[in-house]
Amino acid sequence: MFYLGRKRFARTLTPVPSVLPFETVPDPIAESPLASLHAALGARMIPFAGWNLPVEYSGLLAEHKATRQAAGLFDISHMGQIRAQGKDTLPCLESILANDPAKLKDSEGHYSFITNEQGGVIDDLLLYRLASDDFFLVVNASRHLEVLQLLKRHESPNVRFSGNPGSAVGMALQGPQSAAILGPILQGAPLPPRNHIARFTLLGGTVLIATTGYTGENGYEIFSDIPTGRKIWSAILETGKPLGLLPCGLGSRDSLRLEAGLPLNGQDLSPEITPLEAGLGFFVDLSRPRPFPGRSALELQKKSGPPRTCIGLQGQPGQPPPRHGYPVFQGSKQIGVITSGVPSPTLGLGIALALVTTPAPVCGQDLEIEVRGRRIPAKVSPRKFLKGK
Amino acid sequence: MNTPDNLLYAKSHEWLRLEKDGGTVGITDHAQSALSDVVFVELPKTGRKVKAGEVVATVESVKAASDIYSPVAGEITAVNTVLPNDPGLINREPYGQGWLFRIQPEQPKPTGLLSNTDYAATLTR
Repeated sequence: MFYLGRKRFARTLTPVPSVLPFETVPDPIAESPLASLHAALGARMIPFAGWNLPVEYSGLLAEHKATRQAAGLFDISHMGQIRAQGKDTLPCLESILANDPAKLKDSEGHYSFITNEQGGVIDDLLLYRLASDDFFLVVNASRHLEVLQLLKRHESPNVRFSGNPGSAVGMALQGPQSAAILGPILQGAPLPPRNHIARFTLLGGTVLIATTGYTGENGYEIFSDIPTGRKIWSAILETGKPLGLLPCGLGSRDSLRLEAGLPLNGQDLSPEITPLEAGLGFFVDLSRPRPFPGRSALELQKKSGPPRTCIGLQGQPGQPPPRHGYPVFQGSKQIGVITSGVPSPTLGLGIALALVTTPAPVCGQDLEIEVRGRRIPAKVSPRKFLKGK
Repeated sequence: MNTPDNLLYAKSHEWLRLEKDGGTVGITDHAQSALSDVVFVELPKTGRKVKAGEVVATVESVKAASDIYSPVAGEITAVNTVLPNDPGLINREPYGQGWLFRIQPEQPKPTGLLSNTDYAATLTR
């Protein structure tokens, strides 16, 4: 057999739960609200986390380069958009999330986790505070229903959670030209600073625009109702085209995020991997009084040191690319496994995140990766593979 | 998708061109398109004897590694030494300069391979 695209995407497919108490079950493979626009652009589609999504339009490498040098536009309508509202929302979220929501001021956002009792990652997410009683969560597509179900267990007359899959549009405009493209569409309305979110009236709808992303570039994530989202998508494509913008698929989204050292849930994060092991302890707040699931396990792990450590690895030009699942060796001893790997389009060599036993080798040390039965050299490197991204 | 009629095809998306002094193997236009930009190629050693269906090479795009299977049993007589430095040739000329290796088939008449029309039919299913 000649497996096309077998490793990277097949592994992250998560079946949609079949019985849910609070809503109708979506089709096993859902179409994006922007599907007809993707078809018109000639996108090649693949199933991902229960969604049929563009993997590429003009080509992964061209899309990757466009995002680094000009701009890329990504459909992220599969990402779960969940609204949390009511006067008890903040204490409720404080009791669930690993980063402290009380740190956020109005219009600020931060990265956070939902962890299990062992401290493992159920989901990683972005949390935005729109107002003291109004929060917005963006969660992974593969965990959307599970997270919504989990949150709804905490509902009360003063806390409500809403946001079913497929009910909204999300898109990410990323790259150095992003502000120059979005500015004219917003007719000069000031864009929010980094890691902030703001409401705009745009093309007949009310939209949320956050200055966040998953590529290591400056850019924006735009969340809207479906009809408005379709108009915004087309407006951004039109305005961005002369500046070098390309519509981009999941393929370049993955290579871009890995170059920036950003984790992918289901590979670099999982219920068996804690944020501390993943090197993301900065986003776990253990200083606040309120407990959350997994807090005591994470406190213990912080004190004694996590048993495993996520490191960056860089190969050499001309060597086979590192991939998810490849074993990592120090001398004759296997010390871990690659969780994400890709031939970096920017650097021209293989880059990878690997989970290895603690104490982990330090930056600059030489390790080996096993590829199809033979060993290739790799150097421990910072997990941010591109400087300044 | 382009499927020239002078080639034989494997269901696993390799093509074989039989010539007077052996055969040439590559991957089909459909395969290169589905893989997208090829960035790495691992080729067999010349002189290696292979069975039909044996993994002989690996073609990698940014997003995945794909095994290449020999369409026939035989001995590898040459590999395309240009590919490691220019793997994108596979995308640009899958039936031409993007060939992978040459093989001396054990049997003069290979079995189990498809004509261009039969192969094209497998792609539309």
